Amino acid sequence: MLSRTAENLFWLARYVERAEYLARTIDATLRVTALPAAYIGKTNEWDSALLTAGVGPAFYEHYKEANEASVVEYLSFSDENPSSIKNCIEAARLNSRSVRTALTSEMWDTINSAWIELQGVWSKGGTGNREELAKFLRFVQETSLRFDGSAYRTMLRNDAYWFSRLGVHLERADNTARILDVKYHVLLPEEEHVGGPLDYYQWTSILRSVSATTAYHWVYRETLKPWLIADLLILNDTLPRSLASCYSNLVRNLDQIGVAYGRQGASQRHARGIRNRLEHSHMDDIFQHGVHEFIQEFIADNSRLGEIITKQYLI
Amino acid sequence: MAVAFDEMNGLGEADLRPAYQELSRWLKEVPPDALEYRRQEAELLFRRIGITFAVYGDSEAQERLIPFDVIPRIMSAKEWTILEKGLKQRVLALNMFLKDIYHGRDILRANIIPEDLIFQNPVFRPEMNGQAVPHDVYVHIAGIDIIRTDPENFIVLEDNARTPSGVSYMLENREIMMRLFPDLFARHRVAPVERYPDELLSALRSVAPLSASAEPTVALMTPGVYNSAYYEHSFLADKLGIELVEGRDLVVKNDEVFMRTTEGLKRVDVIYRRVDDDFLDPLTFRPDSALGVPGLMSAYAAGNITLANAVGTGIADDKAIYSYMPDVVKFYLGEEPILKNVQTWRCREPQDLSYVLDNLGDLVVKEVHGSGGYGMLIGPAATKATIEAFRDKLKREPEGFIAQPTLALSTCPTCTEKGLAPRHVDLRPFVLTGSKSTTIVPGGLTRVALKEGSLVVNSSQGGGTKDTWILSE
Repeated sequence: MLSRTAENLFWLARYVERAEYLARTIDATLRVTALPAAYIGKTNEWDSALLTAGVGPAFYEHYKEANEASVVEYLSFSDENPSSIKNCIEAARLNSRSVRTALTSEMWDTINSAWIELQGVWSKGGTGNREELAKFLRFVQETSLRFDGSAYRTMLRNDAYWFSRLGVHLERADNTARILDVKYHVLLPEEEHVGGPLDYYQWTSILRSVSATTAYHWVYRETLKPWLIADLLILNDTLPRSLASCYSNLVRNLDQIGVAYGRQGASQRHARGIRNRLEHSHMDDIFQHGVHEFIQEFIADNSRLGEIITKQYLI
Repeated sequence: MAVAFDEMNGLGEADLRPAYQELSRWLKEVPPDALEYRRQEAELLFRRIGITFAVYGDSEAQERLIPFDVIPRIMSAKEWTILEKGLKQRVLALNMFLKDIYHGRDILRANIIPEDLIFQNPVFRPEMNGQAVPHDVYVHIAGIDIIRTDPENFIVLEDNARTPSGVSYMLENREIMMRLFPDLFARHRVAPVERYPDELLSALRSVAPLSASAEPTVALMTPGVYNSAYYEHSFLADKLGIELVEGRDLVVKNDEVFMRTTEGLKRVDVIYRRVDDDFLDPLTFRPDSALGVPGLMSAYAAGNITLANAVGTGIADDKAIYSYMPDVVKFYLGEEPILKNVQTWRCREPQDLSYVLDNLGDLVVKEVHGSGGYGMLIGPAATKATIEAFRDKLKREPEGFIAQPTLALSTCPTCTEKGLAPRHVDLRPFVLTGSKSTTIVPGGLTRVALKEGSLVVNSSQGGGTKDTWILSE
């Protein structure tokens, strides 16, 4: 297939995944900040929402203070923020238009109708109230689910599908890693706080933003424990948003491309290296060496994989 | 202006034409709001599929729908047979004319067309002098705009021999009509149009260069997503099962053209290009073109790539050349043209110019190099001031214009806010020429001027489209 087509499919999937992640982040932050101050402590949750989206410094070029109004606007509707939900959806639509021939009509329809539907929201410059905002966030998440579902159910299992999956999992791994990194301090409990209401709601918020609240209880049958949350998000490959699961998918899809094209390359090797490291890690060691360091390293490795894939296939 | 000839009702209510009998009966049965309801349904379908076009210079409506009218335009098998024969004749003459202009130039020596009209014409491409093209086919895809003013004659309004568009509407209009009106189809025997993509692909493959493999690779080249016809480009690439490439996807090495793929470079043999000559190759044509492929013209000259349509076909559909077409047909084929021309005054000729200046209020004046209905004057519909402004333009550059009488284009019943009413229509059938044969899928794009009394059918000027039915015997 054309390199440009593969590149568009890869980024299309990333934009949709990112839009969903942003919607989840906002949703989770709204819930935490709705709690009485005693439950959430002094940290500015809106600030950490910006950090998990990786847009902290850019935000402060446009706004003085991180609060609900400014952060929701910047992450959802802003034209200035290149990875706002609005810009993600716009970019996804533009990418879809340029690779229409590689998309199934169901996938195109999902993106195109979302784009048409959201024109109303964009033209008003945002949502008017909490209720509308909640509806909007739900809509974005549903769009992503529909897109994923239609890709899964209607695409031929060939390179177009695999490149699109690479985009999903690379982006998803980045998102999960970022949220862990920003919240890692709550995962490192000081003795007196363990089990206190403050941490409890923070942890719930982490799980909610990766849609794993129920999963946690099914997997561990335990009350929320920070090391188990970290274990779930980093090493448990039964959770679709965990780093381990993203990497088994990345390795599998890259392998399929390698087999179809009759040759392997740097991206297959690099992805396998990261997967092996995740497979052989234990939470104790990770905590010992520092969650922050571990995740920083992972984020750099993950973005390096993006560059290698681009060089090997997309240009 | 007298009442125009109506495709359904002829010249009056009592004159219902046979091809429309069933439709007329059906229209009497169906409640009027059911039509409106299906019209809305059609619009929704079009929007969801994303069949849009862009209007240049209109930032608000970057992507617009072409209005679709649900009342079909119908033609009998007999009418189609005549039209088809006329179209084949016309396109054959266009191809012979192009070969002659870029090689022996017999037609110039016979003094049929003045030399300066060719050599001083900006769409004449000296690069094509003496350049062979596979099977002498220059115009692989032609869109010939046909109008009628009476039941007897088909008249060519314009030959489109460069990158004619609109065929996606022919195909999609049919899809949507079949979805919305299965009952109406059951009552007619409508010739199918769906084999157009197959016909197009085999025509394109048949003209592959000699150096191509037995299974030539065809690609469709688009200027990109911002082009007004982008939807059509992606639609056709999909239907043909070929790659939709942009200039940046192609690279020329050793006079061969390749596309960049995830598995490395892959040779391309035939490019169905929807990019104008000017933008094809920055080394030969416009150096500022970012849409083109450096070196493409040298691969073309080396005979390693076929471009469809060929470079330089603009000289055949130029509006100044148009007026000579009846002579062109006679010159190459020794036959009387089956399709008529509209009477045309060439403003470059002094007597014609003075006639035109004296009768501006009655004439349609067109720019020789214009297209899409931009920059034309429709005398009877224009204000005094517009006419005077145009008069100055004409005097300054008479060779840039031709004039034609204001024709009462035939009308066809169309849904309007006040119920069914006659609206002026034209027809663009698509003529495909390959190495061995010329084929025309029975149908075409019927364009309709939706405004009452308007004669401008161009989509950029508020025109709409209809499905076109050719009935089988």
